[in-house]
Amino acid sequence: MGLLDKQLNDGNIVITKVEDLLNWARLSSVWQVGFGLACCAIEMMATSASHYDFDRFGVIPRPSPRQSDVIIISGTVTLKMALRVKRLYEQMPDPKYVISMGSCSNCGGPYWEHGYHVLKGVDRVIPVDVYVPGCPPRPEALLEGLLKLQEKIRNESIVKKSA
Amino acid sequence: MLTEEKIPTKPDNVRTEEMVLNMGPQHPSTHGVLRLELTLQGEIIKECRPHIGYLHRCFEKHAEAMTYPQVVPYTDRMDYLASMYNEFGYAVAVEKLLGIEIPERVEYIRVIMGEFQRIASHLVALGTYGADIGAMTPFLFCFRDREKILSLFELVSGARLLYNYIWVGGVSHDLHPDFVRLAKEFIPYFRPKIKELNDLLTGNRIFIERTANVGVLPLDTAINFGISGPNLRASGLKWDLRRDDPYSIYDKFDFDIPIGKGEMGTVGDCWDRYYMRVLEMEQSLRILEQALDQIPEGDVSSAIPKRIKPPAGQVYSRVENPRGELGYFIISNGTVNPFRIKVKGPSFVHLGIMNELCKGHMIADVIAILGSIDIVLGEVDR
Amino acid sequence: MKSTEEVFEILKGRFGDAISELVTGQPAESYFSVSPKEINKICFYLRDTEELLFDNLMNLSGVDDDNGEKKTAEDGSFTTFGGTLSVFYHLESTSLKHKVTIRVSVPRETPELESVAEVWRCADWHEREAYDLIGFNFLNHPDLRRILMPYDWEAGHPLRKDYKNPEFYQGMKVPY
Repeated sequence: MGLLDKQLNDGNIVITKVEDLLNWARLSSVWQVGFGLACCAIEMMATSASHYDFDRFGVIPRPSPRQSDVIIISGTVTLKMALRVKRLYEQMPDPKYVISMGSCSNCGGPYWEHGYHVLKGVDRVIPVDVYVPGCPPRPEALLEGLLKLQEKIRNESIVKKSA
Repeated sequence: MLTEEKIPTKPDNVRTEEMVLNMGPQHPSTHGVLRLELTLQGEIIKECRPHIGYLHRCFEKHAEAMTYPQVVPYTDRMDYLASMYNEFGYAVAVEKLLGIEIPERVEYIRVIMGEFQRIASHLVALGTYGADIGAMTPFLFCFRDREKILSLFELVSGARLLYNYIWVGGVSHDLHPDFVRLAKEFIPYFRPKIKELNDLLTGNRIFIERTANVGVLPLDTAINFGISGPNLRASGLKWDLRRDDPYSIYDKFDFDIPIGKGEMGTVGDCWDRYYMRVLEMEQSLRILEQALDQIPEGDVSSAIPKRIKPPAGQVYSRVENPRGELGYFIISNGTVNPFRIKVKGPSFVHLGIMNELCKGHMIADVIAILGSIDIVLGEVDR
Repeated sequence: MKSTEEVFEILKGRFGDAISELVTGQPAESYFSVSPKEINKICFYLRDTEELLFDNLMNLSGVDDDNGEKKTAEDGSFTTFGGTLSVFYHLESTSLKHKVTIRVSVPRETPELESVAEVWRCADWHEREAYDLIGFNFLNHPDLRRILMPYDWEAGHPLRKDYKNPEFYQGMKVPY
């Protein structure tokens, strides 16, 4: 957290903006909904396991959407499931973020041409913040997606409301 | 299991009614997007109805539009925990239709990949089963060992989870020069880890209390419902497709077939189904040792046909997936596209038995039963 | 262990005209046809007889035979009339170790046949899937509803060769 430890030179007084402090607090503990759909969910579980640890970024899985900040849509969203995903998204309290993981939830994936039951991209039902490509993406790619989300949170402002 | 006599009788002036509870598509323990509709009398389950189709990705329609080699990546994604075996089953089925012989080195490579994939898939099943029951540590231990196997797969095919490696007529690349040495180092590393898992979970008093005598599956019900794989062996029948309907070169290897004996409870309960998978991992290590010693040299791509155009006909061929009997029914009409491919996924058949097994148990037992059947939703919905 | 020809002869001797058309010689399996209204009785016989003992239904799949006449519309899509739909049953015996394949053909306009859900309980879900994706009507099935597609899917049965995709489903755009 560069903005804070640069300023700790004269006693224990730090001068910063309230916005930066709040954003730093929020991005260091982004709690995710435990929600996995298909193959990408296995890579998400491997990311939470001990080899590529998710917990060191502050991300822990919560069972209920009402207690979480981010939902990682990992896997193919079908038409039958899309309405339930929308309901889960609406149950999350603000400020909330969506990471779309894998090419099935970005744009329909390998099922784009003949998939009569596949929703071609989860952004047809909910707004997405970060897209992570891959089929399935490596755990390092998902960690980079999380870092990009943290960058986005760092630049948010409490005065100007984002969409 | 609570029988009718043991359910406490309610006093006459208390009104009760049955409640319908929804274990919805999003649930931490349902192994994917599965919806269970439970009809409850208090805490006892009267009926359990699974609703599926939340991951129906139209594999069969895609297979009719693609050519035979193009179908292989789609077969990967059906049972995403055992992708090598899906490709293996598809390749065996199409090769039966074509009637071609494949080189011996290819057969050995396929068996080695298949058995490594069986160990990796069982590790996920056991780790997540422990996490469902409430033990968080076996999950981390199992995934740590699985990472070693995934790095071996990455050495050979370039991908960690969905490989597109076993093609019709051969494999896509030959083995890396270091592969056999690294694989041989894995086997003595992994044997003590099975013992560690046994100490941690299998003999654990709490685990036995939660899984023994729960969800007992009698043998004739199992055969009538079409159950196969470790679930059928746990009910007492010595039935393994690698021995009873051999495909590839499994008849050259020497391995045992463990069956359930009801050591901690009744034959065919959840503990037996769990223990089958632990014993199968040990037998897979035996097959791997023999295969890695005997693997011959050869050319892996000599039998891959330039254009796959089977004669008109049909075939039903099956292999022993880590979950059960995976069957491919392929009808060809003489063109480069298959006319119809129907996949019989073992998890689809096994999920039909949930209603039968859950009657009379409590809600916490539903989680134990569902985890012991070991389903993968990609295979249920295809 | 019996081969498909021997099972065919035994059944023909018992049921006569309901069994017909043994197809052999093509790769890689042989099969024979059974009439749609008798399949329930024949399956009970196959399961319970001493010398046959087919106690395991391995697979039940529906196929659109694509053998009717096609009428093409202006936009290139076609609809099929006439012809047949088929169901294939793959049976095996765990004790006697033999296998057999049976085919049942029904006309496309009235695809009705008897259900075998009482004989082997796993046929329950297989038949629901065949109804959902191809559109068979299994008589005397305990619970014939859609299983993979949403319960309110109006646009037909997806695995037929002349299936057309709807444009919207509950407000979501379906094609790419």
